Amino acid sequence: MQDDPLKEPKAKVDDNSGVSRRDFLKISTISAAAVPILGTKVVQAAGEPVKVYGPGKTPVELTINTQKHTLQLEPRVTLLDTLRDQLDITGAKRVCDRAECGACTVLIDSKPVYACSVLAIEAQGKSITTIESLMQGENLNPIQQAFVDNDASQCGFCTPGFVVAFKAVLDKNPNASPEEIRHGLSGNVCRCGTYHGIHLAIAQMAQKGA
Amino acid sequence: MRSFEYASPVTKEQAVGLLGTTWGQAEVLAGGTDLLALMKDDVVHPKRVVNIKQIKEMTGVSVTPQGLRIGALTTLGELADNVNVVKAYPALAEAINDAASPQIRNMATLGGNLCQRPRCWYFRGGLGLLPKNESGKDLVAEGQNRYHAILGNDGPAKFVSPSSIVPVLMAYGAAIRVVGAHGARDLALQDFYVIPKTETQREHDLKPNEIVAEVILPPVHEMKVAHYEIRQKQAFDWPLAVAAVGLTMKGSQLFGSRVILGYVAPIPWRSGDGEVALNNAARIHGGISVEVAAAAAEGALQNAKPLSHNAYKVQLAKVAVKRAILKAASEGAA
Amino acid sequence: MPDYNWPDAEHRALIGKRISRVDSPVKVSGRAKYTYDYHGANMLFGKVLRSPYAKAKIISIDTSAAEKMPGVKAVEIIQKVGTTAQWAGDEIVAVAAVDESTAEDAVRLIKVSYQPMSYLVSDAEPPAGAGEAAGPMSEDDLDDAISNQMPDAQLIQHLQEHGVSFKVDDDFLNDMKGEGASEAVLAAIRSAPYHQASGGGHSAYQKTAAQTSGDPDKAFAEAEVVSEGLYGASVIAHCCLEPHGSVSEWTDKDHLFTHISTQNVSGIAAQMAEPMGISAANIRIHQDNVGGGFGSKFAADRWDMAAARLSRKAGGKPVRIMLERDAELKVAGARPSAYARVKVAAKKDGTLTGWQSQSWGTGGPGGGGAPPIPYVFGIPNLHKEHTAIRNNIGPARAWRAPNHPQAAVITMGALDDLAAKLNMDPLDLWVKNLEITGPRRDVYREELAIAADLMGWKEKWRPRGQNISGGIARGLGLSIHTWGGRGHESDCDLTIHPDGSVDIKMGTQDLGTGTRTTIVIVAAETLGIPIEAINLYIGDTLYPPSGGSGGSTTPGGVSSSTRRAAVDAREALLAKVAPALNAQPADLECVDSTVRVKNDPSRSLNWKQACSKIGAMPVTARGHNDQVASKNHPDLTNSGVGGVGMADVEVDTETGIVKVKKMVAVQDCGLIIDLKTAESSCYGAMVMGISYALFEEKVMDQATGRMLNPNMEFYRLAGLNDIPELVVHMMTGKGYDERGVIGLGEPPVISPGAAIANAVANAIGVRVSFFPLTPDKVLAALSQTQKAGA
Repeated sequence: MQDDPLKEPKAKVDDNSGVSRRDFLKISTISAAAVPILGTKVVQAAGEPVKVYGPGKTPVELTINTQKHTLQLEPRVTLLDTLRDQLDITGAKRVCDRAECGACTVLIDSKPVYACSVLAIEAQGKSITTIESLMQGENLNPIQQAFVDNDASQCGFCTPGFVVAFKAVLDKNPNASPEEIRHGLSGNVCRCGTYHGIHLAIAQMAQKGA
Repeated sequence: MRSFEYASPVTKEQAVGLLGTTWGQAEVLAGGTDLLALMKDDVVHPKRVVNIKQIKEMTGVSVTPQGLRIGALTTLGELADNVNVVKAYPALAEAINDAASPQIRNMATLGGNLCQRPRCWYFRGGLGLLPKNESGKDLVAEGQNRYHAILGNDGPAKFVSPSSIVPVLMAYGAAIRVVGAHGARDLALQDFYVIPKTETQREHDLKPNEIVAEVILPPVHEMKVAHYEIRQKQAFDWPLAVAAVGLTMKGSQLFGSRVILGYVAPIPWRSGDGEVALNNAARIHGGISVEVAAAAAEGALQNAKPLSHNAYKVQLAKVAVKRAILKAASEGAA
Repeated sequence: MPDYNWPDAEHRALIGKRISRVDSPVKVSGRAKYTYDYHGANMLFGKVLRSPYAKAKIISIDTSAAEKMPGVKAVEIIQKVGTTAQWAGDEIVAVAAVDESTAEDAVRLIKVSYQPMSYLVSDAEPPAGAGEAAGPMSEDDLDDAISNQMPDAQLIQHLQEHGVSFKVDDDFLNDMKGEGASEAVLAAIRSAPYHQASGGGHSAYQKTAAQTSGDPDKAFAEAEVVSEGLYGASVIAHCCLEPHGSVSEWTDKDHLFTHISTQNVSGIAAQMAEPMGISAANIRIHQDNVGGGFGSKFAADRWDMAAARLSRKAGGKPVRIMLERDAELKVAGARPSAYARVKVAAKKDGTLTGWQSQSWGTGGPGGGGAPPIPYVFGIPNLHKEHTAIRNNIGPARAWRAPNHPQAAVITMGALDDLAAKLNMDPLDLWVKNLEITGPRRDVYREELAIAADLMGWKEKWRPRGQNISGGIARGLGLSIHTWGGRGHESDCDLTIHPDGSVDIKMGTQDLGTGTRTTIVIVAAETLGIPIEAINLYIGDTLYPPSGGSGGSTTPGGVSSSTRRAAVDAREALLAKVAPALNAQPADLECVDSTVRVKNDPSRSLNWKQACSKIGAMPVTARGHNDQVASKNHPDLTNSGVGGVGMADVEVDTETGIVKVKKMVAVQDCGLIIDLKTAESSCYGAMVMGISYALFEEKVMDQATGRMLNPNMEFYRLAGLNDIPELVVHMMTGKGYDERGVIGLGEPPVISPGAAIANAVANAIGVRVSFFPLTPDKVLAALSQTQKAGA
């Protein structure tokens, strides 16, 4: 009974649609003969069928800046690489690729996270917001304007990450104190040394909130 | 990152069923902040990744007669904001707010924090958990060990336990519930950690097909808890030394203590030496004072054995213990 | 002749004001495109297999499995069998595949066998007696000297005395030119005598010739006080947030189009031409924005050549190779270290009389140059020796103000220790010796007074170790610095169209230093129109060439070429407009978006109306700036600045953790075009100073030969919360403005580290010798004072 669960069980092919368990039972009896659609199979775990995706490409649906995108991705592809290399949404930058610098910060369900350390496949069903959606029409939003006013970017590579993290702080607490904003930006790193400008931008925004 | 297959079970039982029976076959994905980095660095390369975040029963924080039950999938951010944590376990909230960065706190789960792998730069560089060169020489002992262990380092393991939150959880007397193929087992958090003796062992007591499901924090009663972290940078930096202490006090009198150090040993280090020294000194001096805290710090580190480049960590650990004790004693002193 | 001179203060509408950088809006909104963001159609992803050994001979390479892998489109061997890899991370083979994961999988299938060789990754003090006398320079030595911007005089002298160990040909000279060698250096290489290199493996330690001037023995014998100490700065990495790399595609079999992350748009094609076997004219280079360079991005690197070759093999499809973070830190930039044992001789009143130093450091495999010590202060009697350590840590690259921050921490540290020994306020000692600081002496005097005022120096300063309470020690430190900063060679095309639109084309680049803003301010000022009215095109070899952005040469270069182009275009416009206003061209001026008669503003045309008089063809003028001052009439740029840095720190004496509480920078840079971005340069430089003084270190492990911290958690960069109050004062007005434009990239980054090191010594009462000032070193230094006190 102590089967190695990683050994290929009697793998069955599923059509990836959102099937209920009852549906599955119906389908599975016939699907063995079906043409496999992109490496999805079903294995038994704790006596129940569980879908297993990959390692090859599998359909992934993402909602980014309120727009739905359907892609074919291997499970190993990160959200960041999907944004940048598949969708040409390049505001989030790849810098450390290890959750150490903040340049890839995006919002998932309104919370700032490092897109380099989220798999695209696990970001399905969530609302993903990137720097690209922060403009208010043709106008900069007030945080962006504060960065411009206070010269808080030099090379600019870290800037989108800072702006997104900043927005997350104010979304959670519009009256955040300068100290709270600084704490909220502590997961972002700049190399050119724009922190003085960022401090000023923080002061400008904290004043607005108050 | 090497390719892998991916599953996202919705029950603990399914999750356990999807895991392998030996290490290396499958890895558990929760917050992902550590696992993805390990996979990108090719330190681990599982055939299957089991995302446990869809397991609803492993989320949430509830108040029970046994104390606070925290689902292992609770993110650090949720925990630091939880009203019960802020009220009854303020040192935990503080330790979490000191940990890593806002983004990581939004992603990382408590269970993941307990199970994260060491930051040892030889390990992360693919040279092994107990790194040796071709001729069997201990790379840590021979090499750059400025961030390595000063206690519990007489075996082959010289990395330091990487959680800055576990010491304070231990100070609160936390227990955990582990779920595996044969059901659940509860154990004290301090019993969860082990110092590996071989390369194939891990730093904790989990079996390859077990997961941490829950953390239980007992009611606090008379205990004062504090946490002190020594970091080079003001924020978003791995600490150089951490101490958490729990003082059971009535008035100025000390009735018992827990002293736990982080970043000094391959496991979160419950310091019996420190506790004895603290209790004795407090008895002699009739309470907590700078002298008492300093005596406890000396006691806690009396058996430290620094490596070639990390003697300074003995001093830092002493300071962390001393300051944590003074902080705990002054909490709610008014 | 048209008047190219900068307008005087009362005629400046824009120059010298605080103007927001023009590319901020695209950057804050994520719309700015960088090389890493470029995604060509059918782009392939390149990955590089790197040597795991610090030094190893490549015995065999088997790429067959990788080549057979589905999705792999090309494989390129970068270093052949028989070659010796010189550092861990050295490039061996590159692969291009349909996606990044596939390329990564393919790299894992390549089998390389190595014969590991003995290596050195340490830069510790050379053992006594180690080191061979300086010999002829190899190609690598020269490459290293140029890329580290070894002072011309030093390099030329070495070439004249020791010659070269290889046959110099035109290709080599072209390479050196591409990397920024001056004409004088190229001439010295060309005429250097050939000497055979001494046989066998050469020593890791190379002694440069000892330098003596005056009579140091006498100076020390007669000195009223002698101070001795040990000072230094570790190897640090550039850690550009956008890594090095490029995307190359062959648009046909003879034409290469390369997007590259560079500080040197106009200089890349010449470097790629010969390796690609095509003429530089057939290579187009493009870059919109660059995510940091700091001196490390002047070359077309080996991985860039590999991307171009992979593209050729893959039928011309674009191939992208951008370095992963670990490679970026391991191989794409290291600032050379410098350490020194120093003795300073002085009179009781603080007058400096003698200097003696034994210094050492590494710039990687080439060894590296000596820091310019004693720095700024021309101490009359000196003797100095330097040993360059050739080791296997990866190649050094220029880092903002090459060798100056190191020279500052050594020199300013030695003088600070002397002041402490004399019980003098270091500010007084510095002022006392300003006579020997050369032509900027009065500038330093003025700046020191301003800086002291901004810091509250006189109120706050206490003698060493006498401001400690509650385990917290406070201290102040200072440093001064200098730099050249003359404008580089630059061409600018400015066109005024009949519809009134204006465009500027220039093959320069904006590193985040405000180059775009500088150019449009100069043009707008000259034409009397708003900066928004100018369309600026930079970052492409389709535009006139402009120098690489290094050594603070860009502001002087681009502002001068733009001014000349704008003045010429304006004159051409006025000639066409004059008849319509019934005036002579010389009587007209361009002000407030109008062209009008100087003393009769009622006779005016708005800008659009005026431009409509141009006729069918637009007016284009080319402005040129030369690097040689004597060729520029008038000379709109200049060289030579002085600056002051001061730091106020707090040290936890129990943990050894240093916090900077306040920093002050006072800086001159001639005529400032945009005060806002100029100040930002100084603020940023102070942040970088805090970072390299307290946190940064390329940690090399002799046991494995590898860099242990090629990531952003243990290669620490200062964070927002590590940055205290920063104060910047720019010297402007009379005595400064009329000097013309001088660059500002390097100077303000030189002093912050030295000032922090001195402030820590002032706080805790003892010198912490080497950067970074980490708790282990601070505690070790403190334990010395406790022992000494016991």
